[in-house]
Amino acid sequence: MNDIRELYQEMILDHSRSPRNFGPKSKHNLSAKGHNPLCGDDVEMHVLRTADGVVEEICFEGSGCAISTASASILTGVLKGRSEEEVREIFASFRQMVAGQGDAPAGEGLGKLAVFSGVRQYPARVKCATLAWHTLIQALSGVEEEVSTE
Amino acid sequence: MNRTPQANESCPSFSNLDQVRRRFPCLQQEIHGNPLVYLDSAATTQKPTQVLQAVESFYQEDCSNVHRGVHTLSERATIRYEAVRAKVAQFIHAPDPHGVIFTSGTTEAINLVARTIGRDRVSSGDQVLISAMEHHANIVPWQMLCEEQGAKLVIIPCTDDGDLILDDLQSLITDRTKVVSIGHVSNAVGTLHDIQKVIAFAREKGAITMIDSAQAISHLPIDVEQLGCDFLAFSAHKMYGPTGTGVLWGRKELLDQMSPWQGGGDMIRTVTFENSTFADVPWKFEAGTPHIAGVIGLGAALDFIQEVGFETIQSHEQQLLEETVTRLDRLDGLTIIGRPKNRISVVSFVLDRIHPHDAGTIMDQQGVAIRAGHHCAMPLMSRFGVAATIRTSFAIYNTLDDIDALVAAIESVQEVFN
Ligand SMILES: Cc1ncc(COP(=O)(O)O)c(C=O)c1O
Repeated sequence: MNDIRELYQEMILDHSRSPRNFGPKSKHNLSAKGHNPLCGDDVEMHVLRTADGVVEEICFEGSGCAISTASASILTGVLKGRSEEEVREIFASFRQMVAGQGDAPAGEGLGKLAVFSGVRQYPARVKCATLAWHTLIQALSGVEEEVSTE
Repeated sequence: MNRTPQANESCPSFSNLDQVRRRFPCLQQEIHGNPLVYLDSAATTQKPTQVLQAVESFYQEDCSNVHRGVHTLSERATIRYEAVRAKVAQFIHAPDPHGVIFTSGTTEAINLVARTIGRDRVSSGDQVLISAMEHHANIVPWQMLCEEQGAKLVIIPCTDDGDLILDDLQSLITDRTKVVSIGHVSNAVGTLHDIQKVIAFAREKGAITMIDSAQAISHLPIDVEQLGCDFLAFSAHKMYGPTGTGVLWGRKELLDQMSPWQGGGDMIRTVTFENSTFADVPWKFEAGTPHIAGVIGLGAALDFIQEVGFETIQSHEQQLLEETVTRLDRLDGLTIIGRPKNRISVVSFVLDRIHPHDAGTIMDQQGVAIRAGHHCAMPLMSRFGVAATIRTSFAIYNTLDDIDALVAAIESVQEVFN
């Protein structure tokens, strides 16, 4: 049972129990919905993006497993105030950490997001960890379509 | 325990079931350092050695196409393939082996019926009746048909316990009901439905009746004559046989009237560029090279089931089921979904504040394989107000030790989360 604690770290459990920036926000100008058909996770990301491309507000709604809920919750905290370009860069590193080829990067430079490094050992759960991210990117692209992890 | 093992003797003793279990090579392994506890047989069962050997021996010794050669191998393959047809007929007490059509599985069998006789019989304003507890395979083909024909899909509702409400059948089955297609056993919560009652009502109104026996076929004896249905479908892989093979049984008179489904080789008598005449039933419905090895494997699976015997299967699986329900009921923070009056081999449950998918990952670390998800029954999940459940399902090779492992795994999930 040691292994499993690497996946379900205290911070992940905490955020899954009491997600931050959760619930509809009145102030947003971009939204997107995401769905993971495998486990039935649903997420909706809302973003307030300024004219110069900064994520000023970010929140989410939905229901899902601990990994997907914590992923959405933690990313909202990490990304607030970042530029759209930074968001995309961070997502690229995050993806590399949880699902990239070759040696596992330990999540350097990812700050809090490094708690998801354990996901790498559980390929079936990668989609749970990335659902909120894909949905966020969708929202930022201004495409109002539901994304699916399939 | 000094019994002489005899092939056809029913064997309620555990030492004998131990021997049965040892015939499943896939079960003899460790997952993450723990012995595999396979509790996902409703998704697919493991395969006994005799099935694996039958498949292999076809490729090693008799590999050739069926119905297409005068050479020895083709003759052997054809004989083996057709022998399984007869065996299937006997297994489900069908009067005529020609009513047995080999398909790729239950899904294809249901689609075949919907696309042929369904299309012929159902027109605008008509109705197709299914239930609230169907697998998507017994929903979507009918939905597509209704959409196409301008017909209405009508649903038999279910109770909170997961029993179908059959008191209003009279109003649900009308003169406009052309097809009634019902699951035999629910793959999501394990209910054994009173299909006999539904079939009787449907027949009275002249509707075609189809039974999805995917979850019943390996657990209880089936007699199509006694049931009185027109069609019955099941998959080999849920009854100890290979994947990619299944059966549609149909009443011969109906099959004879039905137009073919897919066109191609094997299903024709003569072909010119102007037109074709079709082969007789059942070959009319078996276009192209079939899954010969799969069918031969299915034959071995039928032998396996008959060797163990339904009496043994039913008493053993019932014991596992009762023990599971009792043990799970004792756990705090666990709710069993569905309390059907008659249940077969499946128990679904949820854990307070723990998503089934998380539970599935943690249980897998202990070697316990369960299914976490909506079980291809999304309408039923919404009926019960859950997005997903944890499902444990049994087969003849499961043991009481497996249930100990299940309970321990659930407790460790709760430990991680609480
Ligand atoms: C009740 C029921 N019907 C139909 C099916 C579909 O079977 P297959 O995927 O083998 O075609 C299943 C399998 O999950 C099932 O449980």
